[in-house]
Amino acid sequence: MPEEVPVLQVDGISKSFDGVEVVSNVSLKIHSGETISILGPSGSGKSTLLRCINWLEKPDRGDVYLAGKRVGRKEDDQLMSDHELASVRTQMGMVFQSFNLWPHFTVLQNVIEAPVHVLGVSKDDAVVRGEHLLEKVGLEAKRDAYPYSLSGGQKQRVAIARALAMSPTVMLFDEPTSALDPELVGEVLSVMRDLAAEGMTMVVVTHEMSFARDVCQEVVFMDDGQVVEQSTPDKFFSNPQTDRAKRFLTRYE
Amino acid sequence: MTDWEIVLKEWPRLASGFGTTLLLFGISAVGAFLLGALMVGPLRSRSKIVRIALRSYVDGMRMLPFLIFVYLLFYGLPTFGVKLDAWTAGLLGLTVYHCAYVAEILRGAWDQLPVGQTESAQAHGYHGLRLIRRIVLPQLVLNTAPVLGNQLIYILKDTSFLMIITVQDLTYAASSIQSMYFVPLEPFLIAMALYWAISLLIEGFVRVVHGTAKERGLGHA
Repeated sequence: MPEEVPVLQVDGISKSFDGVEVVSNVSLKIHSGETISILGPSGSGKSTLLRCINWLEKPDRGDVYLAGKRVGRKEDDQLMSDHELASVRTQMGMVFQSFNLWPHFTVLQNVIEAPVHVLGVSKDDAVVRGEHLLEKVGLEAKRDAYPYSLSGGQKQRVAIARALAMSPTVMLFDEPTSALDPELVGEVLSVMRDLAAEGMTMVVVTHEMSFARDVCQEVVFMDDGQVVEQSTPDKFFSNPQTDRAKRFLTRYE
Repeated sequence: MTDWEIVLKEWPRLASGFGTTLLLFGISAVGAFLLGALMVGPLRSRSKIVRIALRSYVDGMRMLPFLIFVYLLFYGLPTFGVKLDAWTAGLLGLTVYHCAYVAEILRGAWDQLPVGQTESAQAHGYHGLRLIRRIVLPQLVLNTAPVLGNQLIYILKDTSFLMIITVQDLTYAASSIQSMYFVPLEPFLIAMALYWAISLLIEGFVRVVHGTAKERGLGHA
């Protein structure tokens, strides 16, 4: 039986900043409906890896494939134009550590903005879907509020709705709860759990061990730019294979 | 006839000058804003040549007194076979001169904008002009309303230089009444009051935009 084409395939990605290699030769495969988490100490290159996936950082080497299609470069190895890259990015939702909602728009406007102005969805349709998504993240009452007036947890839930409004094939989360007060982490994780349960394909860079353990099918542990360990959460948390992972995990027990 | 009566009798002259000033100000303010906004992206271009060219333009304009620039446009260009009428030279001068300031104000504000704003826009499929128009520019304008308002007032006041190149604006009207009837004070007092009135309108507009910004947690820059 031929192997199913992964939704996302990362193939030998490397990235350096000022001569320091922060991601070295990382490869991953994520299949449809899977949620994987990328764990590791600060500075291990997790966020850079995630940003290389949608080419917010241009990888120095290696390739990313979205549903079998190469991202960032065309078949003849030429770089994609800004326009082509932008169109690929619409298929990958991204949620940032610092939310990055657009402050001049209301909550609902944030959610419908890109569907209307990038994808060309009619405003009426976008509003219907936007309201549905806000309901899903529990913020329908805040539709006309400005991001400024929201708590961090609410902002991040809007950011998730905004990314989902593009109907992406995969969602990338870059430490989505790291900037939140501890008591607000739960509301964001709960939205993410629901998403995973609905079968969304997700790549989550996180420090939330419980999320990695309970929700993910796979855990990728990075250190110093490299994938040190890659296994199921059961195996990783109960029986880590490397000393580095063991030392990392003792800090969270 | 008292001096005031003379000035009142000549009101059509003042009215026509005021109309000219308003028109010059309106068109060049809109033009300078649009051109300045168009330049803000290229000022941060990946291409060094584009960046250096625009930078030189912006700095060149800012180092040049407006009066000399307008002189050059009107009296200097004919030497090279380009003859502009006074209105065209005046409008062109105001627009091309002040758009450099607008571009610089907006560029500075963009440097202050969190990089996450453009990154989240890119992640949602924005690039190029659409990214600037929908995501960046509205925030830049909201963040710099008082400074942009100041620039509008400079544009308004610079229209008065254009009488030097025979544009019959408000200052020209006041000045011609003064020289016809030897009333040195009153026409200029009226002109002053009218400039002041437009400035107050600009201030009011700025206050509305600034209020809109504050409502969104912006405009602290």
